[in-house]
Amino acid sequence: MSSDRFQAPDYYQIDDLLTDEHKLIRDTVREWVKKEVSPIIEESAQKAEYPRHLNKGIAEVGGFGPYIPTEYGGAGLDQISYGLIMQELERGDSGVRSAASVQSSLVMYPIYQYGNEEQRNKYLPKLASGEWVGSFGLTEPDHGSNPSGMISNFKDEGDHYLLNGAKMWITNAPICDVAVVWAKNESGRIHGLIVERGMEGFTTPETHGKWSLRASRTGELVFDNVKVPKENLLPNKSGLGAPLGCLDSARYGIAWGAVGAAMDCYDSALRYSKERLQFDKPIASFQLVQKKLAEMITEITKAQLLNLRLGQLKNEGKATTQQISMAKRNNVNMALEIAREARQIHGGMGITGEYPIMRHMMNLESVITYEGTHDIHLLITGMDVTGESAFR
Amino acid sequence: MKILVCISKVPDTTAKIAFTENNTKFDTNGVQFIVNPYDEWYALVRGLEIKEAQGGSVTVLNVGGAENDPTIRKALAIGADDAVRINFEAKDALATATQIAEFAKAENYDMVLFGKETIDYNGSQVGGMVAALLDQPFISNASKLEMDGNKGKVERDIQGGKEVIEVEAPFVLSAAKGMAEARIPNMRGIMAARTKPLKVVEASASADATEVVSYELPPAKGDVKLVDADNPAELLELLRNEAKII
Repeated sequence: MSSDRFQAPDYYQIDDLLTDEHKLIRDTVREWVKKEVSPIIEESAQKAEYPRHLNKGIAEVGGFGPYIPTEYGGAGLDQISYGLIMQELERGDSGVRSAASVQSSLVMYPIYQYGNEEQRNKYLPKLASGEWVGSFGLTEPDHGSNPSGMISNFKDEGDHYLLNGAKMWITNAPICDVAVVWAKNESGRIHGLIVERGMEGFTTPETHGKWSLRASRTGELVFDNVKVPKENLLPNKSGLGAPLGCLDSARYGIAWGAVGAAMDCYDSALRYSKERLQFDKPIASFQLVQKKLAEMITEITKAQLLNLRLGQLKNEGKATTQQISMAKRNNVNMALEIAREARQIHGGMGITGEYPIMRHMMNLESVITYEGTHDIHLLITGMDVTGESAFR
Repeated sequence: MKILVCISKVPDTTAKIAFTENNTKFDTNGVQFIVNPYDEWYALVRGLEIKEAQGGSVTVLNVGGAENDPTIRKALAIGADDAVRINFEAKDALATATQIAEFAKAENYDMVLFGKETIDYNGSQVGGMVAALLDQPFISNASKLEMDGNKGKVERDIQGGKEVIEVEAPFVLSAAKGMAEARIPNMRGIMAARTKPLKVVEASASADATEVVSYELPPAKGDVKLVDADNPAELLELLRNEAKII
C-alpha cells in the first residue's frame, strides 16, 4: 500500500470544541495508526488475518477500555476521548476498531459494570493490556435482532453452572481467552457468565470466507455441557437490559468509528480527484465529482457534530439508547454511502488495494448489520417518537 | 545528567501558509500547531534515551505565550519530567536565545539540546547563540550522540562523509535526522502529563536585534511545457529566451 497521506477534514472547526487533551489523544492514535496500521492492514485483509501484534499498541494508545478506571488498568478517560480513539482506529480499519470495541464495551464494560471486585481485578488489567483477548456472546444462529429469544441456557448444578448453547458472528471468537456469554437460567432470566478458554466443552470454530472485516477473526462460541464456576456469573445485573447496556456503549463507539472510515474515504477521494487528470483537467474540476465531494464533506461534518453532542450527553450520563441508535444508524449508513461514492471517484483504482476504499466499503457492510441492523435502529427511533413498537 | 531540551511550536506541515498585516505577520487562522519535529523526534527523544540509560532529568523549555501549552504537554506526554515556559513573545533569534540563556545559566544543565532548525523560519540560530551566551561549546546538525560519563561522542553528517567530535559536558547541541527514532506518546504518558509541573517564568529584559520587514510566498508553479525529445534546439531556445536561466 502507498504511504498514508491522510489529512483529517474539520470543516466546521470542531477541533475548537475539543479540549487540548482530547486533541492530544486523538492525534496520538492517528499517528499510531499511520505508523503501525496503514502499512500492514491491506495485506492482513487480503490474507484474512488479524494482525494480533497490534494489540500491544492498541493497549498503549488506550484503545482497550479507555473509560475504565485506571485502578483496573483502563485509562480513566471521558466518553469523547473514547469516541475519538474509535474514530481514529476505524480510520485505519473497521476490523481493528471492532477488536477495540469488543474488548472495551462488550467485555471490559460488563465486567466493570455488572461484575464484582474479584472479577474486575482478575480480568480487567489483562484485557486492558491486550494480554488477553475477549469476546462477547449474545447473537445466536436463530436469534439475531431478537436476542430475547435466545436458547443458550445454564443450570445450577450445586457447585457450578452447566452451560449449553451456541453463539454466532462473534468477533475474536477464535482467538479469545475469555468470553462474556449471555444465557438463560432455569427460570428464563438472562445472565452474563465469564467463560474461559480451556473449559471443557467450550469450542470456538472460525467463520471462513468473509468478504468483510477480513482483518478481524469471526467465529462461533459453542458450549457443550461446559462447567462454569459459580464465581464466573456477573452478579450485579440480569435481564436483557444487561447485554443491551453493553451494546449502547459499543454502538456509541461505532458511531464515532464510522466517521473515521468516512473521513478516510473522503480524504483519499479528494486527493485522487485533484491528481487524476482527464480531458486535460483534474477530475476535481468537474461538477459531478464536486457534487460527490461536497455532499461527502457535508455529511461527515453533520456526523461529527452528532458525535460530539452525543459524547457530551454521554459524559453527563444523559445519552439515551434511542439517541445512540440514531447516531449509529446515521453515521454507518453515511460512511457506507461515502465509501461507494469515493469508489466511483477513484475509478478502477478504487477496487484495488492501492487505496483503502474498497476495504472500508466491504467492512462497513458488516458494521451496518452488527450491533443492531440499520432497519432495527430505524424502528427504535420510530418507536421512540410514536410510542408504538413495530418490531413484531 | 541534567538535560534541557528546547522546543518550538510550529505550524503543522500540511498548514496553508498565508500572511496578514501587509505581509508582515503569519496568519495563524485555522492553522494547527505541532512541536517542531526536529525538537521532538530527535532532541527530545535522544535526551530521554540518555536519561533512561544514565539517570537524571529532562526538562523541556519553550519561549512563548500560554497558547503554546498544548505543545508543551505533548512533550511531557512523550516523557519529559517537567517543563518551563518563558512567558515572552519571541520575535527574533537573539531575543529568544537571551531568554533561554538567562534561564539556563542558573540551572547548570549538563547539556542543552535543540532541533537543528525549526520547520517554519528555518533560522538555525538560537542554539548557537545560547551556546555563545552560556560560553559553552556548540555542535550543530548532530546525527548521533553517545554519552560516556561526562564525555560526549558526537557524529555530524558532512559533505561526502562524517565528522566525529568529542565534547565534554556542559555543551549545547542541535540534533538532526538519525539522532533517534520518533516516539508516539502512550496513554500512560498522556495521563501522567496532566500532573507534571509546567512552570511559567516571566521574561527577563531582552531586545530584538532584527526586524522582519515582510514575508513573501514562493511564486506559484507555472504550466509545464513538453518539448519533443528530438528537438533540443527548442529546449535551449526556451531556457534561454523564456525562462532566461542560461
